[in-house]
Amino acid sequence: MLNRQQPPDFKQVSTINFIQPEKKVLDNGVPVFTIYSGEQDLVRIEFIFENVNWKLEKPLQAIAVNSLINNGTIKLTAKEIAEQIDFYGAFFQTEYVQDQSLVTLYTLNKHLHSVLPIVKDVLSASQFPQHELDIYIQNQKQKLQVNLKKNDVLSRKEFAHALFGNTAYGVNIKAEHYDALKREDLIEYFKAAYAPNNCTIVVSGKFNDAGFNLLNDAFGKDWEKSNAVKNSFNFSTKDKKNIYIEKPEALQSAIRIGQLAINRKHEDFSGLQILNTVLGGYFGSRLMNNIREDKGYTYGIGSGISSLQQAGYLFIATEVGADVCPAALQEIYKEIDILKNERIGEEELNLVRNYMLGSMLGSLENVFSHADKFKNIYFSGLDYSYYTHYIETVKSITAEELLTLANKYFTTENFTEVVIGRK
Amino acid sequence: MVDFNRFTLANGLKVLVHEDATTPMAVLNILYDVGARDEDPEKTGFAHLFEHLMFGGSVNIPSYDEPLQRVGGENNAFTSNDITNYYITLPAENIETAFWLESDRMLSLAFSEKSLDTQRNVVSEEFKQRYLNQPYGDVWLKLRPLAYKKHSYRWATIGKELSHIENATMDDVKAFFKKHYTPQNAILVVGGNVKTEEVKKLAEKWFEPIPAGEKYIRDLIQEDPQTEARQETVKANVPLNAIYMAFKMPGRLNEDYYAFDLLSDILSRGQSSRLYNSLLKEQQLFSDINAYISSSLDPGLFIVEGKLVEGVAIETAEKAIWAELEKLKTELVSETELTKVKNKVESVLVFSEMGLLDKAMNLAYYELLGDAALLNQETGAFLKVSAEDIKRISNETFNPNSSSTLYYLTEKNA
Repeated sequence: MLNRQQPPDFKQVSTINFIQPEKKVLDNGVPVFTIYSGEQDLVRIEFIFENVNWKLEKPLQAIAVNSLINNGTIKLTAKEIAEQIDFYGAFFQTEYVQDQSLVTLYTLNKHLHSVLPIVKDVLSASQFPQHELDIYIQNQKQKLQVNLKKNDVLSRKEFAHALFGNTAYGVNIKAEHYDALKREDLIEYFKAAYAPNNCTIVVSGKFNDAGFNLLNDAFGKDWEKSNAVKNSFNFSTKDKKNIYIEKPEALQSAIRIGQLAINRKHEDFSGLQILNTVLGGYFGSRLMNNIREDKGYTYGIGSGISSLQQAGYLFIATEVGADVCPAALQEIYKEIDILKNERIGEEELNLVRNYMLGSMLGSLENVFSHADKFKNIYFSGLDYSYYTHYIETVKSITAEELLTLANKYFTTENFTEVVIGRK
Repeated sequence: MVDFNRFTLANGLKVLVHEDATTPMAVLNILYDVGARDEDPEKTGFAHLFEHLMFGGSVNIPSYDEPLQRVGGENNAFTSNDITNYYITLPAENIETAFWLESDRMLSLAFSEKSLDTQRNVVSEEFKQRYLNQPYGDVWLKLRPLAYKKHSYRWATIGKELSHIENATMDDVKAFFKKHYTPQNAILVVGGNVKTEEVKKLAEKWFEPIPAGEKYIRDLIQEDPQTEARQETVKANVPLNAIYMAFKMPGRLNEDYYAFDLLSDILSRGQSSRLYNSLLKEQQLFSDINAYISSSLDPGLFIVEGKLVEGVAIETAEKAIWAELEKLKTELVSETELTKVKNKVESVLVFSEMGLLDKAMNLAYYELLGDAALLNQETGAFLKVSAEDIKRISNETFNPNSSSTLYYLTEKNA
């Protein structure tokens, strides 16, 4: 007779294999890291540029250049670029994040030789036509208006600004910033940032010598160097702020609270990730159990720790029924207090260990995820021993050590608290 | 190419296995052939509320999530107008835990009052978060009843109104479970680092003892052909005027489905598409413009939606959309343009094979469509579409008398 009350036997994940990259260098010195996998005949090529030359009076320079980079070169119009990329079934994506600007090409290998020259043209000869800039300004301002109607978006902006002030990490973008965008500023930034000496290429997929030669032919020459200064910021750790923006008609309030913390380079980072998982980092977390599954105050609540190159921060975020906002806040602080005052029980801690190891294994789904894992460490100046340390920490950290970490990093008296809606 | 093996258990549960030795993980995906279209008009939002209750403990296992997390697994689910789909990913060596959990909740739920209470609240908050407290969040709550008058697609999966969820009773929950959550109404897909023989043994052990239950015979009221243009205007606290146009199109199994999919790509996939270039870039009438299909099993909708540039009259914007649609009715799409969207689709299909969960979900869905092998014939089906097909379906579809148009206006203009 089948006993359905008895769980099947299981094993903790024992080994996790990372595909490490092979490093080569283009003729002009651009490093190329290749994470190889031969299963599908396709490739992802990421051109990664550090953000540089930060100027507070021109906070959108880097973002606008990244968005508009494929909107016309000396040879091709915006439409021609898009048509050619699409004709080969390729994908050209741009992404701006706090520390870097990325241009990513996804393509089937059979079209690599056709699309690489287009990408080269874009990265070396983009023109930022005035009429494209005008359309961009008009449409971005409209998008901003819509976004500012979203309480969670507003809470993110306010929170980042409270923590990071007028730096690239925290500047509060307003409509007038778009109006102030000038074509000359975009060209200047483009020349400074999108240069071979500021570029790292990460390739993942079925990429062999022939592919590398194509890449070298396109990007290893005829690409001007620049003098750019990588962004650098300093942040103070004790700037507690309380921000409440009332929205009288809100059905829900967006809550975001937290503080500056450490980033991936710090030896406590892995331990803090475990603590974060317990608090609000997975579906079974304490915040989810209490505030969603027990109280039904919200559709979802979570916590996170974020690692930037020059800072780290931890946060708790949710959207809750406006009438239960004060109660929800109280419960969040209560859960943090418990984390700081009581050892995590063995059963819960073992569950979290297993969950995190399974989650790490599952996050290595395909060759692109392996490349992402490489980028995490490489751009933090770390090597694969980071992951060895992470896995060891997850397996062996004690409840006592976690209690110490909770008291060290969750200093709620320094928490910035943002509420948008009603409370 | 997504390979699979297939067998059926004695109680009618269909099982598909996709072996992929390149990953240390496994996926267990279970699709129940029930969605919001199967709901009572007075109890809408129920299929989705029920999905939440599936995580509130089953007859022999008080907590669903905890034992799964303990073996390194994760899970989630979604409900659409057509289906409810549950999935687990976990280290392949612990796959039996997924069978244990998933089979117990197919056997029976715990039906706890506490869980029902909580999930009613959680879903109410979800309703607010996604539909009521967002700019333009309630568009589909307005557009569906405009486009559908009889068919149960006239309400969204979240339900018509909050009160339907707030009034759900335990008797409703039990009846819904008995009617829809049977082995005969489900498709199980196991993928990843597994072997078919092993999956078969586990399926027989955990799922086969579950009683077959009664087969649910779907008999939905179908929509009458639309013969008049429909128009509605709403005003709300949003910053920009927007327009939503919905045209009737055939269901997912119709042979023209692939032509419709390419038609929406021609209009709006990426920065080389027609609507983007003509309406956003050249005429600068919209700051955001999109076309897409609802891909529903019963006759669905072809949607064109956009947010207007401030100062543009909504009639002007609407006329410009019509002009683009008229072009498709009178001029053949060029070979280059058609090849472009076909190449793009081919790429998308190859890239989608990189995700284990995507593959498992697709197998389950195509098996529901009639045969999982259809998944591997998709590229061929897209390649067969001709320029004449695009012109023909445009003529069949883009007519004022089969359109439903929603003006979503800012109160600033009121």
